[in-house]
Amino acid sequence: MSTTDLVTRGGRRLVPHPSTARPVRARHRRGRTGTIVIGALLGIGAIITAFPFLWMIFASVKPRSESVAFPPQLLPQNPTFEYFIQLFTELDFGRYLLNTLLIVVICMVGLLLMAAAGYGFAKFEFPGRDALFFLVLVTMMIPGQVTMIPSYLILNGMKLTNTLIGIALPMLVSGFAVFLFRQFMATIPTEILEAARMDGAGEWRIFFRIILPMSGPILAVQVVLTFIAGWNSFLWPLIIANDQGLYTLSVGISLLNQQISTNPSLQMAASTLMVVPILIVFVVFQRYVVQGFALSGLK
Amino acid sequence: MKNRIVPYTFIAPAMLLLIVFGILPIAVALLVSFTDMNLAGLGNRSRIQFIGADNYTALFADPDFWQALGNTALFAVVGVPSVIVLSLTIALALNRSQGRFFRALRSFYFVPAITAIVAVALVWGYLYNTQFGLFNYLLSLVGLPPVPWLSDPTVVKFSVGLVAVWRGLGLNVIIFLAALQGVPKEYLEAAAIDGASGMRRIVSIILPLLRFAIFFVTITTVIAWLQFFDEPFVLTKGGPLGSSTSIALFLYQKGFSSSQFGYASAGSVVLVAIIATITIVQLRLRRSDVDH
Repeated sequence: MSTTDLVTRGGRRLVPHPSTARPVRARHRRGRTGTIVIGALLGIGAIITAFPFLWMIFASVKPRSESVAFPPQLLPQNPTFEYFIQLFTELDFGRYLLNTLLIVVICMVGLLLMAAAGYGFAKFEFPGRDALFFLVLVTMMIPGQVTMIPSYLILNGMKLTNTLIGIALPMLVSGFAVFLFRQFMATIPTEILEAARMDGAGEWRIFFRIILPMSGPILAVQVVLTFIAGWNSFLWPLIIANDQGLYTLSVGISLLNQQISTNPSLQMAASTLMVVPILIVFVVFQRYVVQGFALSGLK
Repeated sequence: MKNRIVPYTFIAPAMLLLIVFGILPIAVALLVSFTDMNLAGLGNRSRIQFIGADNYTALFADPDFWQALGNTALFAVVGVPSVIVLSLTIALALNRSQGRFFRALRSFYFVPAITAIVAVALVWGYLYNTQFGLFNYLLSLVGLPPVPWLSDPTVVKFSVGLVAVWRGLGLNVIIFLAALQGVPKEYLEAAAIDGASGMRRIVSIILPLLRFAIFFVTITTVIAWLQFFDEPFVLTKGGPLGSSTSIALFLYQKGFSSSQFGYASAGSVVLVAIIATITIVQLRLRRSDVDH
């Protein structure tokens, strides 16, 4: 993108001049008022955006009589945790939670496979490399809806429908993550690898002891994004799991929508159970989440 | 000899999975779309028959398909500009100050994008509820009649679309904020000295410099709306009478509710063709834009 035409647009040079680089005071004050107004508007927008979460958390501790009351009240009058207990005692949400965590763990193994592939593409020359990497890029462009039915048929052919492995397998690797790993690992100096090879280190040893530790930043981003994706995954578990023992939190919640739609408190308790861990992960690892999303803008 | 195999051992596991679940499905979808595969065919291969292009003929004669396609087009035409204008406005506003308050506000706009849609849709369904939902109560406070958010064929499109807009903002705000980091401060300061107003600086300097980010967000947002699925699936199951059924939801219903795998595969091939065509057209437009 050319910037010179911008700088000289309208025949006027917009290049900074050191001695006049400070705006005059009147304009400065007007700018500050503007910032306060915009800050206030953004604050209102932020409250509106976050409001459904607030409503969810408050409703989850309301007794049913309060959550279906009209007019609705924001704050619970007699807070109760009975619906959280009900999720685990009368419903099978303990099982769903365990399955969801298992899927997250399996997805983390996938992360290792993708890191290895990224390393292979970044630091080795081999026949077919460019063609194979092109395939990786192609998978990034194919929408989930076209792979949905055929992947189900493929898994069915492998007799893996209705298993946790079947749920996790198609989510295990993503072309985009392989691409990101490759981009990052290409910046690791080859001299380090050669020195390690001279010292007689095996290739996998180099990968685990040198490459992975040096890839800290990209790994952190990917771990957080993988956790979020695995935790939230919905379509695949819904398609593959017929057996209630294999349901994930998301599938359990979507069924709650159909069955007991008359008890908002219970629904909100289940939603809270699913959303709050993500909120915590976000607050703690915000930097990595934002980096990961910003990187997705590069693909 | 050993060295030659090493790189393949690194890429093999991930490559295998990518090929089986990323590339192979395209071939399978094409193949299956020319058969009458259904639940019986799933158990017993011998009951699958090639029926040529019958699925495609039936698809183009199916009013449900056209309704879903029309809904998706409507979602995209209204949704894409809304998401882009809103997220760009929010990003520009958030970028106005690097103070702590503004930085803290960012998180609020990001959060909807990372929370599980199933859980979130349940919350919105509760807010939309016509008996005890909050929205109709708020309307009644200002003297407005209740709105049938999820049961009116026209209103429902707006209701499910609103949830998607709310969710879609965060990711794009992040991308725009990252792009705004790349706008040189000197240009803006110089423009301010020359007396350019805030609006003028945005239109004449920032927006042209954000061209690539806007283009990128447009493409991904169009694709996201064409694949629109979760919100109507959880909130309405596509109803009432298919009025909130997107094309992706239509495929899911044909494929997994009524087990017409062949028919649904034909639909997914058509969807991919539509997405590919629209993306290529956008890329072409972009290229001619660069030429000038």
